[in-house]
Amino acid sequence: MTSLLDRRLLFVTGKGGVGKTTMAAALGTLAAEAGKRTLVCEVDAKGNLADFFEAGPTGFAPTQISERLFAMSMDTEESLKEYLSLQLKMPVLARIGSLARTFDFVATAAPGVREILTVGKLAWEVREGHYDLVVVDASASGHIVGQLAAPEAIKELVQVGLVRDQTGWMLDILGDAERTGVVIVAAPEEMPVQETIELAARLEAETVVDLAAVVVNRVLPELFNETEEALFDRLRADDEHVAALSTAAGGSVAPILDAAELAVSLRRSRAGHLQRLRTELAGTELLYVPYLFQRSHGVRATARIAGHLGEELGR
Amino acid sequence: MARRRAKASATLEKLLAAKEIVICCGSGGVGKTTTAAAAGAMAAAELGGKVLVVTVDPARRLASALGLESFGNVETRVPPEAFTAAGVECRGELWAAMLDTKRSWDDLVHQHAPDAKTRDAILQNPLYANITGRFVQSHDYIAMERLYEIHASGRYDLVIVDTPPTRNALDFLEAPERMADFFSSRLLRWLTVPYRSRIVNVATKPFYRVADAILGSAFLEDIAEFFLLFQTMYDGFVERARAVQRVLADKRTTFVVVSTLESAPLREAEFFMSALEQRRFHLGAVVLNKVLPSYLLDPGAAGAASRLAADPRAAAGALAELGDPDLAARVVEEVAQSFLNFRVVATREAEQRAELARTPDVLATVPYFESDIHDLTGLLRLGEQIWR
Repeated sequence: MTSLLDRRLLFVTGKGGVGKTTMAAALGTLAAEAGKRTLVCEVDAKGNLADFFEAGPTGFAPTQISERLFAMSMDTEESLKEYLSLQLKMPVLARIGSLARTFDFVATAAPGVREILTVGKLAWEVREGHYDLVVVDASASGHIVGQLAAPEAIKELVQVGLVRDQTGWMLDILGDAERTGVVIVAAPEEMPVQETIELAARLEAETVVDLAAVVVNRVLPELFNETEEALFDRLRADDEHVAALSTAAGGSVAPILDAAELAVSLRRSRAGHLQRLRTELAGTELLYVPYLFQRSHGVRATARIAGHLGEELGR
Repeated sequence: MARRRAKASATLEKLLAAKEIVICCGSGGVGKTTTAAAAGAMAAAELGGKVLVVTVDPARRLASALGLESFGNVETRVPPEAFTAAGVECRGELWAAMLDTKRSWDDLVHQHAPDAKTRDAILQNPLYANITGRFVQSHDYIAMERLYEIHASGRYDLVIVDTPPTRNALDFLEAPERMADFFSSRLLRWLTVPYRSRIVNVATKPFYRVADAILGSAFLEDIAEFFLLFQTMYDGFVERARAVQRVLADKRTTFVVVSTLESAPLREAEFFMSALEQRRFHLGAVVLNKVLPSYLLDPGAAGAASRLAADPRAAAGALAELGDPDLAARVVEEVAQSFLNFRVVATREAEQRAELARTPDVLATVPYFESDIHDLTGLLRLGEQIWR
């Protein structure tokens, strides 16, 4: 099996709110630390990626974050411009006053154009060898299949023309598991787990892209082992013990014990969902990243998550 | 339950009693569908009348939580027995439907096509299947369109819609407008001109050259045919899209923004609230899900936890009766550390909540449920938290 970071193009996806952008930023950081020239590209221009690198807003032209790490935001119109100037050497371009309007229209009328300009630009960076690794903070799980399946859809729909000609090499790169893979980010909760399982099946059925790994984010630490939990239960059951501990602590420990019980039950229901994920996705590499209590955003969170991912990947 | 209200009298109950359409929005993974279903169940039970929950979430779990085997594009009534089993007497009727984009588009074509021939030509066009099925922007429009159709039919007293997960929170707010613009666009007419008349020399127009170079003339012709067919439905469509737009701004419509207190969903919620305000749409309520219990913020408990964490062994001395002092010390330390960890999260989230720029009339919080919601009892339990 190819190691995750040895691939060339990774699409990071997942249900909204599971930490997709964080994970893309962390994977990019990790790869750059491992000596790879890495580009992290945000596809849905919400501008969140910049927060994880604290590097100011990113644009279509890559921003250098550190020695080997670059970040950009996808802009399909810019991508089209770049494509036209590279492929068509079109002098006519200068005369098109409102490329934006024309493009917007073509993209709305012709399904898949936006998608293919996104995927195409990323695959092109890989083909040209500008980077060792391109990490894509891709669309959320609801949209990723449409995005990744666009080259095939276009190939079916468009009989001739430049776009069709371009789909061939894109599909070669996308379909090569040595080079390209999808990373699904999940949280150990019911719906994210469910969506991850469904998405894995759809990727297999509807796209040529390989599922490289599932990252389970926000795994809660196990609070007690069995004997510890037995003792905790006895402590909790007896008001005298609680009172004695409160005296020793110099304040009521009731909220502290309530919180422990909440932590245990959260952890337990999550363990059930995790088990389901393991069973349903047997054979897929699962990486676990613990819940970070202290920080959920910013360069510090990115660094810590990169550290955990590195451990999981045995680096 | 901890709850803060801007207007002392405002509740979700009053909001739902006054409005006919409730649109639930927020980023993915915040419990939007569950919140919509819970609000619908409460409205049916407490306010009576016919209540419909339209969801985009095909989750079987929600169907079974509603006491249904499954439900699809067709509206299905939640069996009254499901309420009885939950120990609630339901005054009204609760119905559920799922948004099936393809089916809804087909229905629209059936409705607006001038004749059977055009209808069939559209339905069989390869582009049609792609636009309606594979590419996602059409979901946003169809959700709003479906809402309008249901509302205009007068079949329900209250319709609660769970919005599709959008790339951008604004996508579906703008969907009707964009759809109307699209069908009335000059560019659409341009594109179809060469296929309507051969007078225009395609090669001389940069626009066609760009389009042709990118897509190939055959595909362009396919597109043109498709839109020529679609143009026969133009008037109906544009009028419809405008009507949908009016419904969003109607006095009887309100928006409920759902979020958790994590920073990313909350930021999106804030963005959404400002977008509603800009458009003068009615922000009825904000529902905050998965809120950690307030005892985590108790300063006394924090002090006690710090002391336990600093010297767990000493504190464990008070628990001699429980046996092994090492084991007791470990438990004390873990319990204290866990409290302090969760306290950090609870404090951060409380701060983020306090920073919410816009305060809606109704701000409801739902505690972290220890288990997932599997039945109507669970939905109603959640509903109780936000209702009054």
